[in-house]
Amino acid sequence: MRLLGRGVSCVRGGREVFSGLDFEASSGEALAVTGPNGSGKTSLLRLTAGLLAVSGGSIGLEGGEVELTLPEQAHYLGHRDALKPALSVAENLIFWRDFLGGEPFDAGKSLAAVGLDHAARLPAAYLSAGQRRRLSIARLLAVRRPVWLLDEPTNALDTAGQKLFAGLMGDHLSQGGLIIAATHAPLGVQARELRIGGAA
Amino acid sequence: MTALAALVRRDIKIALRVGGGALIGVLFFLTVVVLMPFALGPDLALLARLGPAILWLGALLASLLTLDRLFMADHDDGSLDLIVMSRTPLELSCAAKALAHWLAAGLPLIIATPVMGLLLNLDGASTMAVALTLFVGTPALTFTGMIGAALAVTLHRGGLLLAVLVLPLSIPVLIFGVAASQAAITGPLSFGTPFSILCALSLVSFVIGPFAAAASLRHGLD
Repeated sequence: MRLLGRGVSCVRGGREVFSGLDFEASSGEALAVTGPNGSGKTSLLRLTAGLLAVSGGSIGLEGGEVELTLPEQAHYLGHRDALKPALSVAENLIFWRDFLGGEPFDAGKSLAAVGLDHAARLPAAYLSAGQRRRLSIARLLAVRRPVWLLDEPTNALDTAGQKLFAGLMGDHLSQGGLIIAATHAPLGVQARELRIGGAA
Repeated sequence: MTALAALVRRDIKIALRVGGGALIGVLFFLTVVVLMPFALGPDLALLARLGPAILWLGALLASLLTLDRLFMADHDDGSLDLIVMSRTPLELSCAAKALAHWLAAGLPLIIATPVMGLLLNLDGASTMAVALTLFVGTPALTFTGMIGAALAVTLHRGGLLLAVLVLPLSIPVLIFGVAASQAAITGPLSFGTPFSILCALSLVSFVIGPFAAAASLRHGLD
């Protein structure tokens, strides 16, 4: 499986963010998108996720499932957590599993994998920023998608959390997945760097 | 199917929990209907004549009040991104959200109608007629209102805009809803004609609403 971007350009609010960007990532490979603030890292991820219209060039997935589009085979972990404060931690996770079509599983186990099993019945409103991030990461594990699009994934995670997540990313890559992550901090897994924007 | 059922269940659960806002609509409906007899004075015949119109206006405004939450919360917390990306067609997800919204915010209005009828000097049969027209007509309000809600969410802070966009679309529903209720109470028209048109309006909105809302959401994402 190979994710290919050719001559991708992005225009937002009438301003060209970047243009003529080429990138690719194959199974088992992580791509770290770096660049100064405002250089278009998040925009690139949202273009790949199909949440922004590509204004030039193309992004495609080779060797994936034929009947599914790239966004349908991808997980997007953005700045916003997609968590409902009124629902409990377990309810949030179970909803996304059901909605995204994951296999039935023991929610407690998935939460334990990100160190949240003690808080399963707590309303998500009471979670800290780092715990919210961990719960979002549990969503990536609950439903299998080959492509992970991660926007500053280690933000708000403590050292142990970063280590844990690096391990999870390593597992995902070794199972043939691929990762594109916008990041300032080191990812914790072997990654090729894609630099966009001017010199920082 | 499990995906859509999960979405409906989640939206209803959120609406019924603290801060969810399902009860806001009913309370507003109650306020409008309770205040009306005080404003009109103690003319029982007049109240009975205006009753269906007042109930319909109350229901229309109450459903408008809660509609802006339909997509706003999901947009603000990023859930909408994941719903757009998912393998479930966006049109079906929109329809499921509208259904959940109607079950949580529209159905309670209809359940409250018999009580409201008492306040407006409507007899049992008239109240049932109004409740029946509301039952058939309020889904049309939700499904056409959903188009406005989807547009408003793509133009940030479009709360008032929603009302301006949705009200013209709900005028036909209001006309035939009140006409059917009046026909059942006073005649001389037969109840069937306006009621069938009301049913037709609801059916049309079931088809157009989800497609228009989904197109607007897809186009307006940023």
